[in-house]
Amino acid sequence: MDNLGLLADGFGAVLTPENLLYAVIGVLLGTFVGVLPGIGPAMAVALLLPVTYGLEPISAFIMFAGIYYGGMYGGSTTAILLNTPGESASVMTALEGNLMARGGRAAQALATAAIGSFVAGTVGTLLVVLFAPALASVAVEIGAPSYFALMVLAMIMVTSVLGGSPLRGFIALFLGLTIGLVGLDLNTGQTRLSFDQPLLAERIDVVVVAVGIFALGEALWVAAHLRRTPAHVVPVGRPWMSGDDVRRSWGPWLRGTAYGFPFGALPAGGAEIPTFLSYVTEKRIAARKGRDEFGRGAIEGVAGPEAANNASAAGTFVPLLALGLPVTATSAVMLAALQGYGIEPGPGLMTDQPELVWALLASLLIGNVLLLVLNLPLAPVWARLLQIPRPQLYAGILFFAALGAYAANLQAFDLFLLLLLGLLGLLMRRFGLPVLPLILGVILGPLMEYRLREAMAISGGEVSALWSEPLAVVIYVVVAVAVVAPLVVRRVRPAPAAVAVDEGIAGNADDEEKVR
Amino acid sequence: MATVVALAGALLLATGCGVTRGPQSDDMTMLIPNSPGGGYDTTGRTAIAVMEESDITGGSFEVTNVIGAGGSVAMTRLMNAEGDERTMMTAGLGVVGSLYSFGAPHKLQDATPIAQVIEDQEGVLVPADSPYETIGDLAAAWQDDPGSIVVGGGSSPGGPDHLFPMQLATALDIDARDVRYVPYDGGGPLTTALLGGKIDVGFSGVGEFEGPLSEGRLRLLAVSGEERLEGEGVREAPTLQESGIDLVFTNWRGIFAPPGISEERRDELISMLEEMHDTPEWQQALEDNGWIDEFKTGDEFTAFLQEQDERVATTLEELDLL
Repeated sequence: MDNLGLLADGFGAVLTPENLLYAVIGVLLGTFVGVLPGIGPAMAVALLLPVTYGLEPISAFIMFAGIYYGGMYGGSTTAILLNTPGESASVMTALEGNLMARGGRAAQALATAAIGSFVAGTVGTLLVVLFAPALASVAVEIGAPSYFALMVLAMIMVTSVLGGSPLRGFIALFLGLTIGLVGLDLNTGQTRLSFDQPLLAERIDVVVVAVGIFALGEALWVAAHLRRTPAHVVPVGRPWMSGDDVRRSWGPWLRGTAYGFPFGALPAGGAEIPTFLSYVTEKRIAARKGRDEFGRGAIEGVAGPEAANNASAAGTFVPLLALGLPVTATSAVMLAALQGYGIEPGPGLMTDQPELVWALLASLLIGNVLLLVLNLPLAPVWARLLQIPRPQLYAGILFFAALGAYAANLQAFDLFLLLLLGLLGLLMRRFGLPVLPLILGVILGPLMEYRLREAMAISGGEVSALWSEPLAVVIYVVVAVAVVAPLVVRRVRPAPAAVAVDEGIAGNADDEEKVR
Repeated sequence: MATVVALAGALLLATGCGVTRGPQSDDMTMLIPNSPGGGYDTTGRTAIAVMEESDITGGSFEVTNVIGAGGSVAMTRLMNAEGDERTMMTAGLGVVGSLYSFGAPHKLQDATPIAQVIEDQEGVLVPADSPYETIGDLAAAWQDDPGSIVVGGGSSPGGPDHLFPMQLATALDIDARDVRYVPYDGGGPLTTALLGGKIDVGFSGVGEFEGPLSEGRLRLLAVSGEERLEGEGVREAPTLQESGIDLVFTNWRGIFAPPGISEERRDELISMLEEMHDTPEWQQALEDNGWIDEFKTGDEFTAFLQEQDERVATTLEELDLL
């Protein structure tokens, strides 16, 4: 509990009116830059970092913490409102979040995302306080075989979101896996499926795929039906979360946090897998409870992944502070920032510079509180954005999607790529292919391949290396139980209940039709 | 909404696409062949900052990060800017390898080499509990059974961290094809693999490992340059040559202009970079970034490039990667 005492000292150093003002400015700046499409948290923090130079270290920390949380939350805002996720970790939030927004529940989606971020960020930061040094030394022992086992688990889970038609689901999944193959093969230095286009050699960014398939595909689909379908006006929903919304969000917030933090603390964990696992878990739990709104805008599908995303982000402070290892793009930017403030991360950090570390952690908690205070009232305001008439709204989405794709590299080629993926998105909607398995294929395929090949390169092609780590074995047992148990249950006791569970998301296209 | 649009506009201006350049202006463009924050980006932007501060070119610089195919896309853009006397590009050893890997039709010496500005040493690193205490221990074990040592590096085949262990193997009479190389996505993941004991030895730029080295969690067996490095935790490490291995390997970066510029302009650019090199600000930047001051210009630089290009080609050929 000594750590908590030190944290209290940290609060003492940080909490002054002047510092709070810096925190407010940081949160607002971070949110506004994070809201720009195509700009994820890493970019937002990198762009705004120079603003904090020239301040006292403590003031700089707290403003930086505000920018960081603001940037993270701003990314979810565009994912929910415009279906344009700014980073791969917001893809899962966009799925149900955007459906909620179009059903007139944007304010609730934004609010559950904000509170979920707050809960996950706070719990995650406290876990960092208590366990960072101990966790870090365990985390580096986990190697490629365990990561590969996690990918296998995630792949098995994908089958539960294939939709009503497994054939169409698998077509979409394999399209995604194919897109994930494009580009340089890290192990051999050869290019694959790049058709001699040097720009394709760099791999296709998941964000470009998600924005193309989600936002552009949707805009084209709407445009194709504009004359035939009656003008659909997004209903003006209630501005705040109801008691029922809060009751339905609690579980997902906490479960999402439980998924996100350990993945963030792993040096190669990332946020994609926990957000996805949280989404699938919430979908299953909702189905079991008999109120499966997934595919039509389920609040659980926003609360869970968004909490997982933020808990994972908090978890990345474990390797960052305890080992000096930046494991994500955002934490690489943060490492540079911390070094700029005179903090040298490493095992000695907690004992060598305790004042700075505790002030930083206190700043993160304060930034998190301020984010909630400032953004909850803003949620209904953002939500009114969707009241813009449909042609103008979709024109705006197209503009911002194109701007985001172009701004990253300033290359016209990325616009062609975006348009091509948008057409693919349109065709998938036309033929009733679900888009979610495609995006998951793009995200999971390369991760899975990379881990498999790393494990094989280290072991010299010895396949038994795949189950050479205890964690990997545990995961394979879980996978085996998950796959075999339902079969056994079905044989022993052929209950009709088992059938209902996997009827969830049929293709987004089908469901969107139902909504209209 | 208005704020968002204004911010978007400011962002575009900041990244430089709204800037126009008059024909009489002394403003120049610097192409960077990878993303912001990477090695070429730091080198290029530092050089520009020093030149602007001392008003060496008489104008300002616009920086364009041209990302793609490990620098091949930027190289194509430089070659297409033939005769353009107001464009330059930062490049280095990694681009030489990428131009081969991606089958690009050009080599760096086909452009107009202006100057090599810095050099970076590679290190041979093992975890603190490794059985290898010296580079000699490692060399002996490696020669004994090349397949028993798993090596890792922070770049894909053709990059500096891949070329170095391959050339070291060749210098030790080990067939480069027997080397078990595992590529990692940069210094962070490589450090994780070393600390977790997943690989036996890591090869990468020494600057990436300052923290773990000074804390004693990693051991630096040798450095790849001609002379030892200065500084805490690294000055004890011998060079390869001191240890009886006949190899000098350095990662280097330099500045290039497009092909077909006039003789006078080339000399002018060289003297600008010489002037930059002589400023106290540049010397300070070298120290801050841990770069080695290795400055070559004109024909000397071109000859060096020729030699580097041949070495890269030889290594990749030995590995059947060409």
